[in-house]
Amino acid sequence: MTTIGSLQWQPFASEILQKRESHIQLKTPISMKTFILKHWTLFSITLLVASAVWIWSSRVDPSQASAAETSAPHKGFLAPDFSLSTNEGEIITLSDLRGQPVLINLWTSWCPPCKAEMPALERVYQDYKDDGLEILAVNSTSQDNAADAIAFVQDLGLTFTVLFDNNGSVSKQYRLQALPTSIFINREGVIQEIVVGGPMSEALLRSRIKPLFE
Amino acid sequence: MLPILHIGPLAIQVPGLVLLLGLWLGLSLTERYAPRYGMDSKILYNLVIISILAGVVGARLLYVARFPDAFLSKPASIISLNPSLLDLSGGVFTATMVALIYGRRMGLSFWPTLNALTPAVAVFSVALALAHLSSGSHYGMPTKLPWGIVLWGASRHPTQIYELIAAGMILFILWPSRETFKSTSPGVYFLSFLGLSAGAYIFLEAFRGDSPLLPGGIRIVQLIALIILAFSLWGIKKLELR
Repeated sequence: MTTIGSLQWQPFASEILQKRESHIQLKTPISMKTFILKHWTLFSITLLVASAVWIWSSRVDPSQASAAETSAPHKGFLAPDFSLSTNEGEIITLSDLRGQPVLINLWTSWCPPCKAEMPALERVYQDYKDDGLEILAVNSTSQDNAADAIAFVQDLGLTFTVLFDNNGSVSKQYRLQALPTSIFINREGVIQEIVVGGPMSEALLRSRIKPLFE
Repeated sequence: MLPILHIGPLAIQVPGLVLLLGLWLGLSLTERYAPRYGMDSKILYNLVIISILAGVVGARLLYVARFPDAFLSKPASIISLNPSLLDLSGGVFTATMVALIYGRRMGLSFWPTLNALTPAVAVFSVALALAHLSSGSHYGMPTKLPWGIVLWGASRHPTQIYELIAAGMILFILWPSRETFKSTSPGVYFLSFLGLSAGAYIFLEAFRGDSPLLPGGIRIVQLIALIILAFSLWGIKKLELR
């Protein structure tokens, strides 16, 4: 028996321990089943009502600026604008093409997948150019050679617009990660899809271009 | 954000890689704990692999059905390995149907099977959040809060990180070695995962900047999550009282 001053400690301690054990014994059987039987319906209704209120209060205000009004190189955003020149010296500005679906293809002459997908791009262009499709094949000239790029275009007989990104500004604007990279833009100038890598199959090209007209 | 990983001449798509890793880790966890639910881990593994393969075929077929003209000039593209030519809803539907048929043929019990698969789905949810983080998709609404991250031209809620934390917490709560759900009825473990995930989506979707919307600005994901949450709560009560 432990004695602290005049107190007899052991009976007191064992009483506390007994109480504690009986408390634990009471607590443990409060299983999920007991809780469900007792409070689940109330808990569920409260949770669902709170969720519904949260959904309603967090709805998007139509007056808020949407992503389609901001420019960024990502799906759902306005395609960053640029002006580049063709081999003939004509300046093409992306925003001037608003109202037409546009496919930007970033490429170099030394990149095998870029070369592999060009014939499919040409065939698709031939089929859709009368409907207004514009393909801007932007040569990443800062990591290529303009003469090689021109020879590449002539060899493959490409008829769509080829632009030269001499200082790499467009590659930077579009955060070019790998070659080729294709950016599909709708009539409103909003990016619908970015395909990184290649070669893209003709089926992929056609299935991504068709929705740009809708 | 790290959408592409350059290893020598190779450019690897990080989101895809992360999802594959998540699938592998999740399946390993499920295989390890399957016996706890009275399941044969090999049958469970086959169920998942067969469903995924069927899902890919279904996703491709529905994609072809949506864009038949695209495949007219080169029909061989129907069997190409390009992962961009897939329809997600078609894939999910086919995978679910095939899983149900295979499960029935193998005599698998519905709720214990779902219980055994829960760790795999919970790990995959973490991988999904990481994939969103690496691709920069599911980005947040603009915010002036100090923990906002600069993405797509604005300081935004780091919704991918919120998603990662929520998925990590759900995985922690439902870690299969825990005793919490051992005495519950079959299916309650799975429905708990479903309910917790639905709750997380209802809460976190409010901070997302690219939510698909219904007319009136209601976020579709939140509405679907609310239905799933209601189903989970009802299901847990029903199963636990059975």
